[in-house]
Amino acid sequence: MRRSAVTGVGVVAPGGVNREAFWETITSGRTATRKITFFDPEGFRSQIAAEADFDPRAAGLDDQKVNRMDRYVQFAVAAALEAVTDAGLDLEAVDRERMGVTLGSAVGGTMVLERDYVVVSNHGQKWLVDHEYASPFLFNALVPSTLASEVALELGAHGPTVVVSTGCTSGIDGIGYGHQLIQDDEADIVITGASETGISPISMACFDPIKATSRRNDDPEHASRPFDRDRDGFVMGEGAAILVLEEFESAQARGAHIYCEVAGYANRGNAYHMTGLRPDGAEMAEAILDAMAQGQIKPEDIDYINAHGSGTKQNDRHETAAYKRSLGDQAYKIPISSIKSMVGHSLGGIGAVEMAACALAIDRGVVPPTANWENPDPECDLDYTPNTAKRTQVDCALSTGSGFGGFQSAMILARPPELEEVGM
Amino acid sequence: MSAPESFTSLPRAGRQALITGLGVIAPNGIGTEAWWDATKAGKSGIGRITHFDPSQYPAQLAGEVKGFEASDYLDQRMIVQTDRWTHMALAATQLALEDAQFDPEGKDPYRMSVITASASGGNDFGQKEIQSLWGKGPLFVGAYQSIAWFYAATTGQIAIKYGMKGPCGVVVQEGAGGLEALWHSRRNIIRGVDFVISGGTEAPIGPYALTCQLTNGRLSEATEPEAAYRPFDVAANGYVPGEGGAIVLVESREHAEQRNAPHVYGEILGYGTTNDAYHSKNPTPNGEHLARAMRLSLDRAGIGPDEVDAVFADAAGVPEADAAEAWAIKEIFGRRDVPVTAPKTMVGRLYAGGGALDVAGALLAMRDGVLPPTINLDEPAEGCDLAFVRAGARDATLETVLVNARGFGGFNSALVLRRTT
Repeated sequence: MRRSAVTGVGVVAPGGVNREAFWETITSGRTATRKITFFDPEGFRSQIAAEADFDPRAAGLDDQKVNRMDRYVQFAVAAALEAVTDAGLDLEAVDRERMGVTLGSAVGGTMVLERDYVVVSNHGQKWLVDHEYASPFLFNALVPSTLASEVALELGAHGPTVVVSTGCTSGIDGIGYGHQLIQDDEADIVITGASETGISPISMACFDPIKATSRRNDDPEHASRPFDRDRDGFVMGEGAAILVLEEFESAQARGAHIYCEVAGYANRGNAYHMTGLRPDGAEMAEAILDAMAQGQIKPEDIDYINAHGSGTKQNDRHETAAYKRSLGDQAYKIPISSIKSMVGHSLGGIGAVEMAACALAIDRGVVPPTANWENPDPECDLDYTPNTAKRTQVDCALSTGSGFGGFQSAMILARPPELEEVGM
Repeated sequence: MSAPESFTSLPRAGRQALITGLGVIAPNGIGTEAWWDATKAGKSGIGRITHFDPSQYPAQLAGEVKGFEASDYLDQRMIVQTDRWTHMALAATQLALEDAQFDPEGKDPYRMSVITASASGGNDFGQKEIQSLWGKGPLFVGAYQSIAWFYAATTGQIAIKYGMKGPCGVVVQEGAGGLEALWHSRRNIIRGVDFVISGGTEAPIGPYALTCQLTNGRLSEATEPEAAYRPFDVAANGYVPGEGGAIVLVESREHAEQRNAPHVYGEILGYGTTNDAYHSKNPTPNGEHLARAMRLSLDRAGIGPDEVDAVFADAAGVPEADAAEAWAIKEIFGRRDVPVTAPKTMVGRLYAGGGALDVAGALLAMRDGVLPPTINLDEPAEGCDLAFVRAGARDATLETVLVNARGFGGFNSALVLRRTT
């Protein structure tokens, strides 16, 4: 069976817009959630978000790219360039016909779609909108496949190119897709990950009526409170992460720095409700067990769990149950954390950002904390690594995701056995 | 050691992915056989837009599914929670399950999946809600916007309705996604899933969605249907968008045999997908990477080009893109006159629904030994000298068919289907 190695990591996230700044943010326990500045949130139920102070020109994008690419595409291109550099990939030398791009996004080009909508409809006054006012790249925003095609164009990748859009599990599923392409010999290198920039009026407005987002508007720094008794919903975020996945043997042969390998990936649906979760976590547990079985991983092998931990009442209870169901007593012993406490919930993007956190945790021997954890919830009684990072060897990290539509995903990253001796 | 209750998702040797059910909702026919009869007869479903008054827009034609009533298939609760694109997918799913005589009730939920393609999500639903937001304020946005508009809505709703808990997915490759969804279904079949509801639909005929499409520079501005979407013709001048698509049921051979499936239309035998990485907006005039996708699909199928009996073309309708596809077909088939057809000339380009509909057409062509025609192709453009099926359907012995699909953004996909006996 062909294996896939993670050889490069690139991140654009709130609190710091590259890999090292991101790592610094999430290991320091600093929160990047704040009152929304991108638009006036007056009148919205939730008025807070984790915004990234991203400068596309500093990230290497020229004026034309800035003009034609939606913000989520800019994030992905910036993160892809960082990941490729990190991997030490010489794009001129690799076979780009065997280089694929698989990226996740839940809501795609909504920022440009909304910006142009406001103009062509003259502020929501016209159903028959005025097409003359549309910008020339509006179609690129309509179809979220633009995310993958722009990254392919930037890198000259001619292999399989796909956008995966499974709501809030898009990030894990995008990487899982790339992993399967390598397993099935459809590609040797895959630029994979996810991107999302949903801090816009329409995206914020959609979560207001279903009370999914936090209303702690007077205290944004402490609003994202996964697993804490006083959590009241997720805090919107934005972000992208790109991993370079390479067929394991060829990565080893070229002497690449291997962060870890994908030891298992699985997804399931709960077939229950578009937004609701059953408290038993059965389907997420099933995805976890499938991913573990692929890599022949036992509960005691897992050193870190990066939780979906969105901070909604339902999710954190559901996920805690899923860990107990799949890992038994070991669930109480493994450090768990939700980085959404610091960087918010970037919908389809966050799964990839969390996989980047897992790759870095394995590489650097640090488990990032769950910030804002103050009061225990009797239904969430595991070790959530409150507030302070933990230095410990991490050879195997599990990450889980859960999304609207009932999607449940799990991925395990692990230090390859052949690299364990020189691991630390 | 703890193990999953259902199965471990690793590739297994010897697994085959068969297609055992079809459900079609198309501009020239609702229901698989009605659509297929119209298609064989060369009957077009393209006309002036009726969903709204298109007078102010430079492109006024579309392939609309006229007479489609969501209430014929869905209860009111589902109708108000979802967009037309999801209505059509749920209706097509119902038709496909009836065709396959398969009732998911009581079956192992983890071995059943839903993997659909979408290119543009819930357009009209989204436009209504965003109009409420900007016209009236955030309090006027409805509770269903969060679950109706996004690209995963269709897969999620189908999975919930039929109790399917296996690996579910949503793929986006603009017009190529319908084929990708089927190959991804096969990826899951070889990893242990037994039954996948796949394919795709699209509903892009609304004022804002049309406004978005106008900016891609590829829509025909002709006012008469027969003058508009004319792929490979000297008068090619862009394409006409359409709505609808097909839901295709993919089943493991084991499962299909065990339950004695009434129809086995064919096997998903091979697939190739590439990207031109050429331009952010313009189609490439170079068919090199499309040809490579076709070659990869044949290699994966383990067959040579001489075994392919017909090609269902992508048929962009944009001169340079048509020339690139014609070049690619000649590059793969050499001097051999493999029959080429493009029944989508009757419905327009259905984005995520297009690839799936062509797969349904290819499978029925093999079943009936007849190739549906390409309409509006009177005089092939220079370089487009292929063996097109024109002037009516043609009888043909078909064992293996290749389906091409491309998407804005340089996506090229090719799928090989083989008739099963």
